Amino acid sequence: MDVIIKNLGLLINATLIATPPLLLAALGSCFSERSGVVNIGIEGMMTIGAFTGAVMGLTTGNGWIAFLCAGLAGALFGAIHAMACISFHADQTIAGTAINFLGPGLAVFLCKAMYNNSSDTPAMDPSCKLPKLFEGVFPAGSFWSNVLNVYAVAYLVFVLAFVCWFVFYKTKFGAHLRAVGEHPEACESLGIDVYRVRYSCVILSGFLSGLGGAFVTLATINQFRPSVIVGQGFIAIAAVIFGKFSPEGATKACLLFGLCSGIKTLAGQSNTVSPNLISMIPYIVTILALVLFVGKAHTPAANGKIFVKSR
Amino acid sequence: MNKKKSILESNVFYTLIAIAAGFLIGAVFLVIAGISPAAAYGKLLGSVFGKPKYLFWTLIYASPLIFTGLSVAFSFRTGVFNIGAEGQFVVGSLAACVLGITLRLPPVLHALVCVLAAAAAGAVWSLAVGILKVKRGIHEVLSFIMFNWIAFYLSNYVVNLEAIHKEGGGEATKDVLESARLLFPEGLRSALDCNAANWGIVLAVLAAVLIYIIIEKTTLGYKLKAVGFNSNGALYAGINADGSVLTALGISGALAGLGGAVQILGMSGRLSQFAGQEGFGFEGITVALIGSSSPVGCIFSGLFYGAMKYGGSKLSIVKAPSEVVDIIMGCVILFIAVSQVFRILFARFSKKKEA
Repeated sequence: MDVIIKNLGLLINATLIATPPLLLAALGSCFSERSGVVNIGIEGMMTIGAFTGAVMGLTTGNGWIAFLCAGLAGALFGAIHAMACISFHADQTIAGTAINFLGPGLAVFLCKAMYNNSSDTPAMDPSCKLPKLFEGVFPAGSFWSNVLNVYAVAYLVFVLAFVCWFVFYKTKFGAHLRAVGEHPEACESLGIDVYRVRYSCVILSGFLSGLGGAFVTLATINQFRPSVIVGQGFIAIAAVIFGKFSPEGATKACLLFGLCSGIKTLAGQSNTVSPNLISMIPYIVTILALVLFVGKAHTPAANGKIFVKSR
Repeated sequence: MNKKKSILESNVFYTLIAIAAGFLIGAVFLVIAGISPAAAYGKLLGSVFGKPKYLFWTLIYASPLIFTGLSVAFSFRTGVFNIGAEGQFVVGSLAACVLGITLRLPPVLHALVCVLAAAAAGAVWSLAVGILKVKRGIHEVLSFIMFNWIAFYLSNYVVNLEAIHKEGGGEATKDVLESARLLFPEGLRSALDCNAANWGIVLAVLAAVLIYIIIEKTTLGYKLKAVGFNSNGALYAGINADGSVLTALGISGALAGLGGAVQILGMSGRLSQFAGQEGFGFEGITVALIGSSSPVGCIFSGLFYGAMKYGGSKLSIVKAPSEVVDIIMGCVILFIAVSQVFRILFARFSKKKEA
């Protein structure tokens, strides 16, 4: 019995560690997609955030400042994407693909230029990282200490998920952004500035993706490596589609992915099954869940379509 | 006047400007990093054009990229977005590698079986996604991403199976049997001074021509394009839209799988355990974009990307990070993406002038 409780605690803990980066990026993606701009560049924005977070953590020694800077770096890439897609009418998939080359390419390039041709940054001192909230409150090894052995931001992320839900459904901006993604022409005729709403949403999605990337380097591990993000941005996009483009749906989907990757971490410690087979679980579960329970997703009607402002 | 206008309207013109701009921005970052762009680009060019054998290496690097580029380009033309070329490439290389190690067949037949198996594996991987889309309405981008990762771990699983894994450690499979390889004959390879010279590039060009004929000259291609352009309109015209989507995805997946076969049976000769996604599928997106989604364009953009990849791998000699290639490629794609606006501006400008 004790073993089960202990493992349960560790599983919840592993889920709480794996979910936040995905959730941050997925929330960002919700804003962008629902406002009508496909953002496939989440992966690149997360990587640049992860890198900026690590570098700023090393130089400033303050995890929170580093975290914020990572968000701003992501926002910068969001702005590039927004400018290309909204003002320059670029194909959104193409622009996103470009971001996915630029983000990781630039991160590793700058890393090599700054740290003596090494593609990894030096490891950070724990004091430079984001703090843990309940460190030492519960006796070491107890259930609650196992569960709550996570960084403070992890809790903040779930609060943020609620805030996003609130913004989406209870504010004017939320109503505008949902409308703009369905029928921009109608919105324009009502005097809504479509470009402004879309710019805000895409830049916000970059900001949140940057934060998501920085969570990995400032909390989960303690340095930047080229492999820190690999694929998490795409998983976040998958979570958004899975969650039918809504913040609450994406949150559930991210928790599912987080849980699967928690199972993977725990099961990986025993040597009975090949770790490669265990690693497939999240993806197979997703497909099965879609086939059995979720089904067809309603894509925002104006998603990916170029909108030209009339003058 | 007309000639000038047609230049300003052609894709090639904007692509060339985008490439130049990409190199320019790459140079800016090199300067920021304290590296002389002249030295870095000199090395890049020298590594590609310096000796005939270097040019052959470019062809070897380009072959799988032309295949994944064709795969993505074909999907673009038929209205789906094959972001799953990565996974299809992986299962293709896996099928070719496993059969290349385990089967015992005479030389040409063995290679042929492996190549066909790779194409079939890629097609199956892509069709599974197509069936999920057609039967259950599941967003193809989502399932492609899932299938990419399933392929990734499946490949790593198989690489570590005892029957396949290289004896005595190492994170790779045994070598593919000589009878399954697509290498040029021994004499020709030593004459070219290039040990990995292979038939991949010939196959890639043949595939490009075949896809060109399918898209532009056949009824099948016309139907597929019609569905891609407007599925409701096509339905009204009596075209089976679901069937077309599946056909298009099958062909697209087979092309990516063939890319995997060419990589394994041509260049590498074995499959290594992946640490991260290899990226051939994602690079295929770039190849398709630079080639304006035209099959013939993909040959040239594949060669360009192959040269950049091969030249980029030599950049560490002059202490320049090879990632500058990613920055250049990212900028090239971005500039191609925004070129639409300039095209409209030019059109407006030239109209005013005429009036």
